[in-house]
Amino acid sequence: MFEIFGVPSTALFGQLLIGLINGSFYALLSLGLAVIFGMLNIINFSHGAQYMMGAFAAYLMLKYTGMGYWPALILAPLIVGATGVLIERLFLQWLYKLDHLYGLLLTFGLALIIEGVARNQLGSAGLPYVVPDALRGGQNLGFMFLPNYRAWVIFASLTVCLSTWFVIERTRLGAYLRAATENPTLVRAFGINVPVMITLTYGFGVALAAFAGVMAAPIYNVSPQMGSELIIVVFAVVVIGGMGSILGAIVTGFGLGIVEGLTKVFFPEASNTVIFVIMAIVLLVRPAGLFGRRA
Amino acid sequence: MQEPVAVIPLSVAPSSKLRQHSETIAFVLMVAVLVVAPFFTYPLFLMQVMCFALFACAFNLLIGYVGLLSFGHALYFGWASYLSAFAAKHWGLTPELAIIVGTATGALLGLIAGSLAIRRQGIYFAMITLALAQMMFFFALQAKFTGGEDGIQAVPRGHLFGLIDLRNEMSMYIVVLVIFLAGFLLIYRIIHSPFGEVLKAIRENEPRAISLGYKTDRYKLIAFVLSATLAGCAGATKAIVLQLASLTDVNWPMSGEVVLMTLVGGLGTIFGPVVGAFVILAMQYKLSVVGEWVLVIQGVIFVSCVLLFRRGIVGEIAARFK
Repeated sequence: MFEIFGVPSTALFGQLLIGLINGSFYALLSLGLAVIFGMLNIINFSHGAQYMMGAFAAYLMLKYTGMGYWPALILAPLIVGATGVLIERLFLQWLYKLDHLYGLLLTFGLALIIEGVARNQLGSAGLPYVVPDALRGGQNLGFMFLPNYRAWVIFASLTVCLSTWFVIERTRLGAYLRAATENPTLVRAFGINVPVMITLTYGFGVALAAFAGVMAAPIYNVSPQMGSELIIVVFAVVVIGGMGSILGAIVTGFGLGIVEGLTKVFFPEASNTVIFVIMAIVLLVRPAGLFGRRA
Repeated sequence: MQEPVAVIPLSVAPSSKLRQHSETIAFVLMVAVLVVAPFFTYPLFLMQVMCFALFACAFNLLIGYVGLLSFGHALYFGWASYLSAFAAKHWGLTPELAIIVGTATGALLGLIAGSLAIRRQGIYFAMITLALAQMMFFFALQAKFTGGEDGIQAVPRGHLFGLIDLRNEMSMYIVVLVIFLAGFLLIYRIIHSPFGEVLKAIRENEPRAISLGYKTDRYKLIAFVLSATLAGCAGATKAIVLQLASLTDVNWPMSGEVVLMTLVGGLGTIFGPVVGAFVILAMQYKLSVVGEWVLVIQGVIFVSCVLLFRRGIVGEIAARFK
């Protein structure tokens, strides 16, 4: 046991770990927001609600079909992603020619509907979800205790984030996506079905949110308001990082999670607000965001 | 990236004379209804409607006339409500002074939040205002003077100018009516002033307004502060009327609610927010039995307004008469 700046090392590393966990979720969610914004020019306000849907899908699967964590980790994002495809076809596709603000308003409405239905069906109390057997227990690293499940969340989130980055920045499919973001009309002229790409991009972004939701279920309780509280913080993360860069979204997400964790150690009263304060400072110093281009 | 097309629906009538004429009629009608209404329905409900109508009008000044969507207007409404409640209860200020304290709070917070938020445009602006409001929500949650989850309860209505007892429902009603009409007329005046014309120019085409030599950031900031001040005035008055300031007033669903009111009534129309506030509050009042479903219904209204009638109630009516 040793101390750093007068803080016991176990507390410091413990909070650092919590920071990394929160950062994993910030990264996954802001990545999804950035991908959706890039293609659809819409800020997906229902992203938090869809994250919550992922957690609830996992919970309901366990309760009614007995399917555990691992099938849920695959199936819940697919199901929630499919509802995303439906939402894009039914609602969002009519808004592309309008001001961005209408997309924000519409998805805000959707978020209210989803959260309201969840509250009615499941109550507003948190429901527990057990950690899968394979990931129970933890490792003693000498300087701290690392629960296996938390290590898994960080690993899985990093893997998914980096694969998404790789697909978008380094593959042919990603090149099409980036091209369609820059100039959809021209890309269509090359014979690429841009509307389908847009639909699937939204579905994918939503599936990312649901994936984060399933991973969050064993850590936080499953509750209807778990998403709306998180999404506002993620908005601040997105303002800090700027949505122009995929890697930027990932780095900012993890970075801010760590900063938040450290704040909990040194100045616990500010841990709720530190990300917003950083946002204000970034706006003063670099209005375009850390990775953003000046519009 | 595609250029956004067709911003906020315009409410411009063919000739400004005709428009002024119909607006005068509508205004006289509104005043007449507000004078007669307390004899037919609960004055408390009507006072609440007027507070929220002023709140929505203040919000509409930004979205409807400058094209800035603030998703954090609960910040000014809620904090003004806290400060005015605190001033009335613990400092023993008279109601008019308490409302001034609250209004000034809204102005100050608007100045701070506004100067940060106008550094970015469009949806970033919306996200920044929302995030700043959430930050101040956490402050309200932790601060001692706000009373945390309990809020500030049993705020005395006091005596106006130390003379008129506002525990009398009718006296209170007249005070709220005067505040609402003053705020409404001020907004009307702002919109139709040369300053308001510049705001509309910024809404239509900001780069062009800049190239014409307008310092658009300054105009946007002034509009933002005006909007926050009036939202503060609405919140402060509400705290005196309902004798309560609570976390509900500063939390994000309140910001969403004022957006909804304005959207339902008609973005960028002068009477829209008033109609919207009435419709939404009446709905909440009638639907209080269905509990959590109110959230779902509000969501459905949001979605259908955006998809089916973006002009809102007043906007649709105005379009019929064109």
